Amino acid sequence: MRSGEIGNTWLRIAPALTLLAFMGPVLAGLTGTLLPAFGYLPGLGGTSLSIAFWGDFGDYPGVGSAVWRSFWTGMLATVLSLAIVVIFAASWRGQRVFVWLHRGLAPILSVPHSAVALGLLFLLAPSGWIMRLVSPWATGFERPPDLALAPDPYGLVFVLGLVVKEIPFLLLMMLSGLNQIPERQSVTLSRSLGYSAMIGWIKIVLPQLYPVMRLPIYAVLAYSVSVVDMAVVLLPATSPTLGLLVMRWFNDPDLTYQFLAAVGATVQLGLVVGAIVIWWGAERVVAAFARPWLSAGGRGKLSRVLALPGLGLATLAWGLGAASVAGMIIWSFAHRWRFPDALPRAYSLGNWVNKTDGLLDPALVTLVTGGVAACIALFLVVSCLENEQRNRLNPGRHLLWLLYLPLLIPQVAFLFGAQALLVAFRLDGSWMAIIWAHLLFVLPYLFLSLSDPYRRLDPRYRVTALSLGQSQSRVFWTITLPLLLRPILIALAVGFAVSVGQYLPTIFAGGGRFATLTTEAVTLAGNGDRRLIGLYVFAQSFLPFLGFGIAALWPLWRFRNRRGMRGLV
Amino acid sequence: MTRLTYSTRRPSRTVLSRSRVVADAQTEATNRLVWALTLVVAMAVFLGGLTFFAGPGRAQSDEAAWQSILKRADGQEVFWNAWGGSDTYNSYIAWVGDRVKEEYGVTLTHVKLSDTADAVRRVLAERTAGRVTDGTIDLIWINGENFKTMKDNALLYGPFVERLPNFSLVDQQEKPTTVLDFTVPTDGLESPWGMAQMVVVYDSATLAEPPRSMKALLAHAKANPGRVTYPAPPDFTGSTFLKQALYELTDAPGVLLQPAGDNFDDVTAPLWAYLDELSPHLWRDGADYPKTGTAQRQLVDDGAVDLHFSFNVGEAASAISEGLLPETARSYVFEGGSIGNTHFVAIPFNASHAEGAMVVANFLLSPEAQARKTDPRYWGEPTVLSMGLLTEEQQQLFSSVPSSPATLTPAELGVTLPEPHPSWMTRIEETWLTRYGS
Repeated sequence: MRSGEIGNTWLRIAPALTLLAFMGPVLAGLTGTLLPAFGYLPGLGGTSLSIAFWGDFGDYPGVGSAVWRSFWTGMLATVLSLAIVVIFAASWRGQRVFVWLHRGLAPILSVPHSAVALGLLFLLAPSGWIMRLVSPWATGFERPPDLALAPDPYGLVFVLGLVVKEIPFLLLMMLSGLNQIPERQSVTLSRSLGYSAMIGWIKIVLPQLYPVMRLPIYAVLAYSVSVVDMAVVLLPATSPTLGLLVMRWFNDPDLTYQFLAAVGATVQLGLVVGAIVIWWGAERVVAAFARPWLSAGGRGKLSRVLALPGLGLATLAWGLGAASVAGMIIWSFAHRWRFPDALPRAYSLGNWVNKTDGLLDPALVTLVTGGVAACIALFLVVSCLENEQRNRLNPGRHLLWLLYLPLLIPQVAFLFGAQALLVAFRLDGSWMAIIWAHLLFVLPYLFLSLSDPYRRLDPRYRVTALSLGQSQSRVFWTITLPLLLRPILIALAVGFAVSVGQYLPTIFAGGGRFATLTTEAVTLAGNGDRRLIGLYVFAQSFLPFLGFGIAALWPLWRFRNRRGMRGLV
Repeated sequence: MTRLTYSTRRPSRTVLSRSRVVADAQTEATNRLVWALTLVVAMAVFLGGLTFFAGPGRAQSDEAAWQSILKRADGQEVFWNAWGGSDTYNSYIAWVGDRVKEEYGVTLTHVKLSDTADAVRRVLAERTAGRVTDGTIDLIWINGENFKTMKDNALLYGPFVERLPNFSLVDQQEKPTTVLDFTVPTDGLESPWGMAQMVVVYDSATLAEPPRSMKALLAHAKANPGRVTYPAPPDFTGSTFLKQALYELTDAPGVLLQPAGDNFDDVTAPLWAYLDELSPHLWRDGADYPKTGTAQRQLVDDGAVDLHFSFNVGEAASAISEGLLPETARSYVFEGGSIGNTHFVAIPFNASHAEGAMVVANFLLSPEAQARKTDPRYWGEPTVLSMGLLTEEQQQLFSSVPSSPATLTPAELGVTLPEPHPSWMTRIEETWLTRYGS
């Protein structure tokens, strides 16, 4: 009885507490970035406010084009990813190929951005795998041609890398969104009115689906506009994005550049906000123009034209992602693999035998950080959702927005200030700091992944159990949790994968004392030893993949004698 | 006695720096300068006499002081922040960790940095937050601009170098860069660790006669478009290439040792003229550059470009043994000398385990560690020690290191050009970015 009360009290304060653990540090971090942008950083002698550094920012060579490049590459990547996902889903939803490709794309979710970037670079560079496969017999090249294929001067390979990585994410979010709207009824209705499946989907399902997908799309947009680890690999040295410039200033030995870095981080924040506002405006414009078309009643012949490109582009994205990872894994077994050999000339297990020693510690740190962060996030998310259910609260969109803040604000913009905060409280370099920093990014994704199945769970199970005289907590433990086992495990796997991929938060909060697989991989990427990078790409992708594997298999085993449970959710 | 020695040594430093200020300002009357100089000379004579009389006693107390450092270091965990981008170097550092553990009971943790400035910033953040003890960094692998920044901002512990017994073996005469880091006096705040010199690496199977001067390089690029490049500054290999070019092209290389001033445009004009001529013939027509020195090594191995630059004299040999370059890779230096410098280790002002850090710094200067560092299998760069100061047994450690056809002998390495004052690098990088970087 008493424990039940404690449980209820906890549930009531859980949402507030979750937000506090979130908003406090993020806002403090933002302040710690904004103040130096206006000249205030006592450690470096900046004790008065001034806008002098904004002038320096404007004068820095190439800053204008870098801002513009950040903007348009991020916008283009988001538009392309969304378009491919929408066209693909509209034309192939409900067919077997959709399920196949969706299953094929899911593992790419577990490959960190930096790993995809490194793999893609090796695939597409003039000395890369594709060129090796066709040289010299088809091209006549004995040495790599001096062509700007990857990185290319326009940043298109960079956009491609983002698209490859964002398509699986948007697809996952779309499937989750489709569960929240009456998709089947809508399609059936439109079919009965004589619309083709695809036109019906676009005209009736998509307008209902888009609002549900809006937040994930904004997150993709914000990420694409400010990403650093992909840009550093896939853009030419002479065409940086704003994010890269901020990192360059931040890393400059001359500490006065810290002020410039703070200004840059502030501009980056403005750029993300601006991009979202423009996107939001574009939504309005598209909606205004589409409305007449939607309601005009045209049955259209669009489906035939778009079905094949939709499938082709989605398959291409999958193929590029898979080949990127495959190439790097082959590298990890290579000893010598020079241009134009299609495969390594000499193989060696030396890499695996000698270097795995160095892998164990980072792998352990990765495992513990990701595991603990995902479990804490799960605890908080389930508490919030259960509170919603018990007290029959309407799922508030505003709450979700706040949770999304760490995904919408560029990482450098608040991690810079958050580090100072951690140092002040002597928390940097502690497990607590690193897990908390990861939690900021793990929690939103976990919430995103779990909230929909949780809210959609048929309320009749709960009501029936309650009417049979069971307590709230017993209903939770014996009915809700087992029914939601699969989505919970998937949410945990998503949270874990997000944690594995974190680079900047680990660096800022870890005080350099925590080396994860990702920080090691990024450090070693500077060495340019593709064999070693291959090993780390494999290790980086393997752990999250394992997580998804467990999430898929455990429920099958657990409910091996419960046929009805296997199909659920 | 010790106390007396130390307390009398400090004022001389103050006077020295004051006299420097006076001289720099050039507005004070010359008699004040004369006064200051007289004071310095008097102090030096006094100190010399003191050292002479206190000689044996001081040596003894130094020994006792070092023993107490060893005692306190035993059991400490030293967090060494060092660039972690090279697997070879990481293995060497791991070996150091094993050795100091068994020898002195010091646990060494290598904090792998992707950029040394990360560590500088962290120390600054700690000071900003008021953490003047219990810092998270005990030792930093450092030189040049980062050292100057830490020194100028008083972020370093020490002077401690004189306390290291092995420092007496360092070749300060022949290798002045062991105490002058990019022309900045180290003042005992950082302990030398290794000698670096810029070498050029190429594949002798595809390039018979590599270009041995900047002019020859230009001619080579014109004859072989797209086969020459250099890393984009501010990558330090790229910046060093520019400084190397400046040395060869400018009429007055001597001014490079002074801070850059109004003369910057005049002095660097030949460099920009050279680069303007070179750029159209570079790899990717100069529209892109390798991001790091090692990225350019990858291009050499791929056969995309003809040569790359390295600050590690043993680069070619160790890359061959790692399977990162073909067996036919060879190295050479430009005629007229190439830029060389020394890299160091320093201790932050708020280090938690300064004693342990000093023990590690001292071990890095030991003949055992230095000899291993000259071995291309483990690192492959010249030692900071003077052979003349070593015992025969210690010299044996060095002579038994296998040589490689890909590595140049000290004689072949030729003249070392000193690093210009850091201010040149900063302004060259800025100008390069404006002209070619965006």
